[in-house]
Amino acid sequence: MKKLATYGVKPHDATLKSDGEKWSLMEKLLLGLTLDQYIGQVIRNKFNWLLAVIFAVGIPVIIYRFIFSLGAVTHANYDYPWGLFLGFGLFCMVPLSASGFMLGTTVEIFGRHDFEPIERLALLNGLLGYFFAVVYLLVDLGQPWRLSYPMVYSWGPAAVLFLVGWHVATYLSVQVAEVSTAFFEWIGFQRGYDFIRKGTVGLTVSGIILSTLHQGALGALFVYAPGKVHPLWYSAPFQWIHFFTSSIPAGLCMVICVSTVVIYTMKWRCDDRFIDNLDRITISLAKGAAMGLITYLIVKIIAVAHDNEWAYLATGWGYWWLLEILGFVVAPLIILSYGIHHKLVGIIRFGAFLTVAGILLNRLNTALITFNWQLYQEIPHKYEIIISITIFALYVTTYRFILNRLPILYQFKSKADE
Amino acid sequence: MSKITRRKFLAGSAAGGAAMMLTPAKKAFASGSFEGFPDGMGVLVDLTRCVGCRTCEAACNKEQGLPAPDLPFDDYSVFDEIHHGNQKRRPTDRAYTVVNRYEPEGADKPLYRKIQCNHCNEPACLTSCFVNAYTKTPEGAVIYNSHVCVGCRNCMIACPFHVPAYTYHSAINPVIKKCIFCYYTRLKEGKPPACVESCPQQVMTFGKRKDLMKIARERIAKNPDKYIDHIYGEKEVGGTGWFYISNAPFEEAGFDIHLPKKPIIDNVKDFLAIVPIVLTVWPALFTGFHLLATKGKSHGHGDDHSHDEQEGH
Repeated sequence: MKKLATYGVKPHDATLKSDGEKWSLMEKLLLGLTLDQYIGQVIRNKFNWLLAVIFAVGIPVIIYRFIFSLGAVTHANYDYPWGLFLGFGLFCMVPLSASGFMLGTTVEIFGRHDFEPIERLALLNGLLGYFFAVVYLLVDLGQPWRLSYPMVYSWGPAAVLFLVGWHVATYLSVQVAEVSTAFFEWIGFQRGYDFIRKGTVGLTVSGIILSTLHQGALGALFVYAPGKVHPLWYSAPFQWIHFFTSSIPAGLCMVICVSTVVIYTMKWRCDDRFIDNLDRITISLAKGAAMGLITYLIVKIIAVAHDNEWAYLATGWGYWWLLEILGFVVAPLIILSYGIHHKLVGIIRFGAFLTVAGILLNRLNTALITFNWQLYQEIPHKYEIIISITIFALYVTTYRFILNRLPILYQFKSKADE
Repeated sequence: MSKITRRKFLAGSAAGGAAMMLTPAKKAFASGSFEGFPDGMGVLVDLTRCVGCRTCEAACNKEQGLPAPDLPFDDYSVFDEIHHGNQKRRPTDRAYTVVNRYEPEGADKPLYRKIQCNHCNEPACLTSCFVNAYTKTPEGAVIYNSHVCVGCRNCMIACPFHVPAYTYHSAINPVIKKCIFCYYTRLKEGKPPACVESCPQQVMTFGKRKDLMKIARERIAKNPDKYIDHIYGEKEVGGTGWFYISNAPFEEAGFDIHLPKKPIIDNVKDFLAIVPIVLTVWPALFTGFHLLATKGKSHGHGDDHSHDEQEGH
């Protein structure tokens, strides 16, 4: 795209062409390029080659899983019923997608319109993260075609997973509605846009409710397993608070990370409003993330004190816990604070990546690494790893496909520039 | 201005209400303390009597129509099997009960322990199931309806005894498999399960749980030197239908002695209690925040072009 721009090619970014004609859907899909130009830039991009390799290997493995059962792609372990698909796909993707409700709240509820340039990116990040968490879930469920059973056929309302299922489903539709404004603009459906826009506050408030509960509920799922999850990662009264508070820095830092990737690799798609505001917004997001991190840190320590688990700190698992807390909560907290104080966006971005890594580590620790700490460790099957990577690549591809087209990183103009 | 404000408030409340309706209130299912059905049946397992003949395994296999095992039931090399580095055998989708051998320190002979579903009074599997596939029957069995199972395997996470197994290798109809107390073929008619009936050593005693508890206490009282003064399953995770007495410390027979005395669901109640609070308080709280934060400011949205001109008034 960079190369095309030097020839004066401009991507589609307005309702009408510069000569006043409407864009056709095909032209919109091709970003306003000709077919040759479009295919040319797809092939020139090395990243597409990497994706192609991942799909060439991974898609057949996913098909293999559905033909030959879950047992064919996992170790079929009774002691580790949840492997990488849920450990990574559900428990990591969902907190990293808390950005939608965080930024929705900031802009729509608290009226901080100075965050608006990044609001849609945060909403999209939320929507796609949840959507692909469900994709991971579909691969993991024994009988995914029965996914609707807890909704319509057989209710188990006393179960935490029942709440997770309902909330994720409801929240997905809320997020579809929130992101649909961008789609309606792009497709040119003004009435749909106006309709959704009227209900924004309602949608955002339901987003907050649903997020509070299901982010916490993911933690509460592990409360069913006292003795299986290591005591340092287990806390009956605090588990849901841990998962909820940590989802706040997780979501905010994920937006910083995604915007970093975007500004370095897709700058052509960002408009001046996005580019000029990004540094300021990154610093503001980092402030929120730092506050979230310190809250999380304190609640983590309170939980250890509450259950009087200090003795565990002197064990091997204790060192592992200290590494997670010092290296991936305290360290990013210091880095983010330093970056905020000195207004160093590069430092903040590094801190954000570290925070995201810390969330991944925490969720994997809870779901897999310290799970069954009294029994033995389970290393996921190689196909399980391949499938997880493939779905993540699908997520990246979809993410990029939408960012390239919908007015997420740029504002839709009524008429294209000359 | 005030008009828009009020409408937004209503919109917020309405959406909150809608979210509430979509989330059926948590059943007061686990409230109070449930100590099992009064006439629920159970089995007392006396580890001191077991000689490790595996007759119960064979009886279970036949009764439940399970596939033939890799090694015959009279092959005792299975006691030496070690899985995953340090694990003895556990119930699987092809064997609902297994007997393991332990060598307690200082004992002159090995100790054998039969493992199967303990049929908890308030089962963790049941309370964790989001399609309500599990039922605790008044007769005392914990049974499972495979026709509604989605395959989330939360029950396997929740079971403190590592009992439910999953038919991972079925692509079309994978389901949970576990001991069901021979509910359909025997317990329903008041008959003891196949394993109990088959045991040549009378390791297991079948009867009403409350009666068996008395027998267990009597046995311990009569032979205080022989038995450890503990009935494993009397209080563990809220009490189990199957419970054990032993001459060796329970941890040396592979029992998890750190399990909570309360049902597993009690741990989750802290979270379940906040659900209705969030559902009812959040809509008002955040709509209120919205009104406070935006009072006197423009209600226009920057990305809404029609409001652009009104910005800043």
